[in-house]
Amino acid sequence: MDFLRPASWEEALAAKAEHPTAVPIAGGTDVMVEINFDHRRPEYLLDLNRVGELREWEVGADTVRLGASVPYTQIMENLRTELPGLALASHTVASPQIRNRGGVGGNLGTASPAGDAHPALLAADCEVEVESVRGSRLIPIDAFYTGVKRNALAADELIRSVHIKKADGPQQYSKVGTRNAMVIAVCAFGIALHPETRTVRTGIGSAAPTPIRAAAAEEFLNAALEEGGFWDSRKIITPSIAKQFAQLAAGAANPIDDVRGTASYRRHAVGIMARRTLTWTWESYRGNGRTTEGVA
Amino acid sequence: MGSTRTTGVPTKLTQGSQTKGGIGESTLRPDGTLKVTGEFAYSSDMWHEDMLWGQTLRSTVAHAEIVSIDTSEALAQSGVYAVLTYDDLPAEMKKYGLELQDTPVLAHGKVRHHGEPVALVAADHPETARRAAAKIKIEYRELPLVTDEASATAPGAVLVHEGRDDEYIKHVPHPNIVHRQPIIRGDADEAAKKADVVVRGEYTFGMQDQAFLGPESGLAVPAEDGGVDLYVATQWLHSDLEQIAPVLGLPEEKVRMTLSGVGGAFGGREDISMQIHACLLALRTGKPVKIVYNRFESFFGHVHRHPAKLYYEHGATRDGKLTHMRCRIVLDGGAYASASPAVVGNASSLSVGPYVIDDVDIEAIALYTNNPPCGAMRGFGAVQACFAYEAQMDKLAAKLGMDPVELRQLNAMEQGTLLPTGQVVDSPAPVAEILRRVKSRPLPPERQWESSEGADVRQLPGGLSNTTHGEGVVRGVGYAVGIKNVGFSEGFDDYSTAKVRMEVINGEPVATVHTAMAEVGQGGVTVHAQIARTELGVTQVTIHPADTQVGSAGSSSASRQTYVTGGAVKNSCELVREKVLELGRRKFGTYHPAWATAELRLEGGKVVTDGGEVLGDLVDVLEDESVEVEAEWRHRPTEPFDLRTGQGNGHVQYSFAAHRAVVEVDTELGLVKVIELACAQDVGKALNPLSVLGQIQGGTTQGLGVAVMEEIIVDPKTAKVKNPSFTDYLIPTILDTPTIPVDVLELADEHAPYGLRGIGEAPTLSSTPAVLAAIRNATGLELNRTPVRPEHLTGTA
Repeated sequence: MDFLRPASWEEALAAKAEHPTAVPIAGGTDVMVEINFDHRRPEYLLDLNRVGELREWEVGADTVRLGASVPYTQIMENLRTELPGLALASHTVASPQIRNRGGVGGNLGTASPAGDAHPALLAADCEVEVESVRGSRLIPIDAFYTGVKRNALAADELIRSVHIKKADGPQQYSKVGTRNAMVIAVCAFGIALHPETRTVRTGIGSAAPTPIRAAAAEEFLNAALEEGGFWDSRKIITPSIAKQFAQLAAGAANPIDDVRGTASYRRHAVGIMARRTLTWTWESYRGNGRTTEGVA
Repeated sequence: MGSTRTTGVPTKLTQGSQTKGGIGESTLRPDGTLKVTGEFAYSSDMWHEDMLWGQTLRSTVAHAEIVSIDTSEALAQSGVYAVLTYDDLPAEMKKYGLELQDTPVLAHGKVRHHGEPVALVAADHPETARRAAAKIKIEYRELPLVTDEASATAPGAVLVHEGRDDEYIKHVPHPNIVHRQPIIRGDADEAAKKADVVVRGEYTFGMQDQAFLGPESGLAVPAEDGGVDLYVATQWLHSDLEQIAPVLGLPEEKVRMTLSGVGGAFGGREDISMQIHACLLALRTGKPVKIVYNRFESFFGHVHRHPAKLYYEHGATRDGKLTHMRCRIVLDGGAYASASPAVVGNASSLSVGPYVIDDVDIEAIALYTNNPPCGAMRGFGAVQACFAYEAQMDKLAAKLGMDPVELRQLNAMEQGTLLPTGQVVDSPAPVAEILRRVKSRPLPPERQWESSEGADVRQLPGGLSNTTHGEGVVRGVGYAVGIKNVGFSEGFDDYSTAKVRMEVINGEPVATVHTAMAEVGQGGVTVHAQIARTELGVTQVTIHPADTQVGSAGSSSASRQTYVTGGAVKNSCELVREKVLELGRRKFGTYHPAWATAELRLEGGKVVTDGGEVLGDLVDVLEDESVEVEAEWRHRPTEPFDLRTGQGNGHVQYSFAAHRAVVEVDTELGLVKVIELACAQDVGKALNPLSVLGQIQGGTTQGLGVAVMEEIIVDPKTAKVKNPSFTDYLIPTILDTPTIPVDVLELADEHAPYGLRGIGEAPTLSSTPAVLAAIRNATGLELNRTPVRPEHLTGTA
C-alpha cells in the first residue's frame, strides 16, 4: 500500500487523478477501522491532513461552506446557530476522541446509511462540493447517495466541502441506539423547518439502503401546514397531523433485521422520533422552545 | 532474560505508606496511577529483541470435518518462520482443559465451533503473520449442528464429542450433556399440596462476555535448557502450567511462567488462550514469540458466560411462606467443557437463592453444543439462577398481593438455615437486613432531568442521542437479593501458597511477599502489603512479581483470593513472626522476662508486648539475617455433592448482596436509563474499604450491562457469532452507569481470616434482576429474558 501525502489541494486532486483507486483519508475514524479489520486493502491511501483548507469553514449570507475535514467537535462548538441539526447529530457521533478527528467528508465518502450526519444534511438541505482536475461541481444532497455505501462521486473526484443552508427555522435530530452514548445508530431522524419557503424537510438514517428523506411525510405535512394556516397562526400542531406525519415517516423507512435491531423496531422508532422531533421544532417555532442540556 | 533486551515485563512493586497502611485502611493500588495515565505495561506491551509474532488461524464454520489443510503457500511467504497444525504437535498429549481434557490444542480432523484454532503462524511482522495465515487453505465438510437442548438430545443427534471417557459420562443421560446435578430434599410433590398460590416461569439468560481490558497476549521465550519462559496475562499460573507442560512434552519445571500486566479477567482468563500456541512456536523456531489478540479475536479467544434456560415453579401459602420449589436449569456449555461441571454445581446448589425452602426438586445440566464454548464468568452459575428466582419472587408477591421485599424477608435465610444440599449456613447471613437497608434509602427525586427551562438529556433514556425530552418516560423500582458461594467448592483442594521474607534493608525492616496470585484487578497487590504490615509491624513491603517459582495460589476467581491467598499471606507472616520472635528470644531473651512470658506483637518496627512495652527493634533482632517462610494454607475442606440427591457440605462460605434499582424507561422507544442502583452487602471485614467499594460498583455495573445491553448473538442457523466487536457488543459507558450508593456491613465470619468474606461476585448477581424488576415495574411487561432489548419493550421483536 502506498501512502500519498499531498501538500496542497491541487496536489491532492492531481494524485487522485493519477490514482483513481486511492482512498482518501482524513480523520481515519472509518478508513482505519476498515483497514485494521482487513475489510479493504486499498492500493493507495491519499492522506488529506496536510490540506489545511479542508478544516476551515465560511459562514456566508445563506449557506455555510463546511470543509470536508472540519471535525465534529468544531461543528458542535462553533456552528450551533447556523447548523443546529448537524450540531446535534455531531454530538451523537461516537466518543469525544472520534469527534475530534472525524468530519462530514468522511460520512459522505463512506456513504453508510448509518452515518450520523446524513439525516441532518438531508433535512437542512445542502450541496456537496466535489472537485477533480477536470473542475468543480455541486451535487445536491438528494442526488448524492446512490446505493449502499455508494455515492455520486466520480473516481477522480474528492469532496471539498458541503454548502449547507443556514437554518432559517428550528431543527432537530434524534438517534436511537441501545446505549446512552457512543453507539452506532439503530436508526436516526432529522427534521428542519424552513419558514422562509414554508416547507419541512426530513432525513432518515439506518432504516433503508441509503440515507433517505421521508418524502410522502414531508408532502403531507407541507400541505397540512399550508391548508391549516399554521405557518402564520403558529398555532399548536394538531395531534392528528403529527400522528399522520409520523406514520408516513415510518412508512418511508425500508429497514432490515440485523444484529443492531429488527426492521419492525426501526420502522416503529422512526415514527416515534418523527412525531417527537416535529413537536419539538414546531414548539420552538411557536416560541415555546425549551432548552436541552447535554446536547450540542 | 536480560533487562536490556526486553521491555514491558513485570518488576517488583515496593509500597511504602505514610500511614500505618495495615488492614482496614484504603491504601492505594501501586499500579493505579500507572493505569490511568497510560503508563502501565500490559502483557501486549512486552517486547523482546528478535521476537516473532504468532498468529492463529481459526475455523470459519461451527461444525465440520477438516478434509484437508494446505500450508505450502503460507510457508513459502518470506518472513514466515513456522506454520503449525495438529500434525506438528510434539507430545502424545494434544488436548487440554480446566476440568476435562477435551480441547484440542489445534483442531484434529474436525472443528466443533466457530473460531476454533486450526493452525499457527510465526513471522517477523504481525501483518506478515496475518497474511500468511490467510494463505492457509482448509477444506471443510460441514456437519449437522447441535445448538440447543432439543437438537442436542434429539434421537440420532450428532455427538459433539464421540467416545467420551471422562468421569461425568457415567451419570449423564446423554453424551451431549457434560454434567448433570440434581438436588432432592424433602418432598416437593407433597409440599406443593400446601401451596395456596403457585407461580411458574420460563426464563432465558443471554450469553455475556467478560469484556476485560487487554485482550489475550503473552510472550514465550525459548530457554537454553530446552524449556521455555512464558510471560502472560492469566488468572491462574499453575493451572495453566499443568495444561501447558504436557502438550509441550516438557516437565513442569522447564516451563517457567511469570504473570505480565493484566487488564481484567472476570473468568475469561481461566482457560488457556494463546499460552500453548506461543510456546509451541517459540520452541519450534528457537525465537521469542509474542501473540496478541485484537478485540475481534478475543471474542473467540476466551469462553463466555453460559447462556441458560431456566424453568421454575414456586409455591407459597396465603401468608407468603414458601412451600416448595422445582426448577430445571439448562446451561449451554458450547463445544468444550471448560468450567461447565462446576458451573452446574453452583447453579443447582444455589438455585433456591437466599431463601428457606425445605422441599425442593432441582436439576441443572450443561450441554455440549456447537455454540461458542462457555465457562467461568463472575457469578459462575449463580448469576443465571438469581435472575430467574428473583423474577419468581416478584411474580409470587404480585399474586399474593404482598410487598416484594416483605415476601423476600419473610422467607430469607439466616445463620443456621439448612441449604437444599443439607449444609448448614454457619456464618452470618443478613439477607433480610441488606434488603431492609436498600429499601429504607430515600428514593432519588423524580424527573431529575427536568429544569424550569427544559430537559437535560444526559439524565434521560437515550442520553446524548436526544430521543426524548420526557415523552413516554416512566419510572420503575425493583429489588433483588442473591447468594454466591466463595472459593472452590465440591471437595476441591482449594489451597494457596505464600512466601514471606523479612530482612533489614538500608536500616529498615522490609517484608517481601511472593505469591503466584494473578492480580487481575481484585486488589491483592494492596491487600497482601496491608496484611504484611499488620502482621509484621513493618512499613515497607515489596510485592514480588507473581510466577511459578513459588507454589500455587489457586485461581483469581470465585471471590476467593483475599480469603485464600490473603489467608496464606497472613499464615506465612505469622510463621515468619514466630521465627523472628524466636531469634529475638535467642538474642535478647535474658534482658527482659516478657520475652518468655508475654504475648508479643510486631508493631512500628519493634517487638512489643500486649501491654505495649517495647522489647526491641526489629533491626536489632534481624541484623543481617533474613527470615523466610513458604507455606501452603487451606480453608475448611468441602465435600462433593451426591450425584443423585445433591447432598453434601459442598461450599466454604457465602456472600450476600441486595440491590434496589430505580430506572426510567422510555416506553415508546423501549430505551432504559438506570437512575440509581443502591447496593447493600455484607463483606465480613473490609480489608481495603476503597477496593471493596470498587468491587461492588464494578460488579453492579457488569450486572446492569447484561440487564439492558450485553449479549453475544449467535446465529441459530449457523452457530456463528454475529457481533464479535465493541461496535455491536455494547458494554455500559459512564452515561449508562447510575449512581451506586453502597452500604457495607461487616459481620465477621469466624471461620475466615480476619472474619472477611469474598466479595467480588455477589453484586453481579442481584444487580441484573433488580434492573429487570424495575423495568417490569415501569412497563407492566413480563420480560422473561435478559438482556432486555428495545424490541422487547415495544412489541417489535
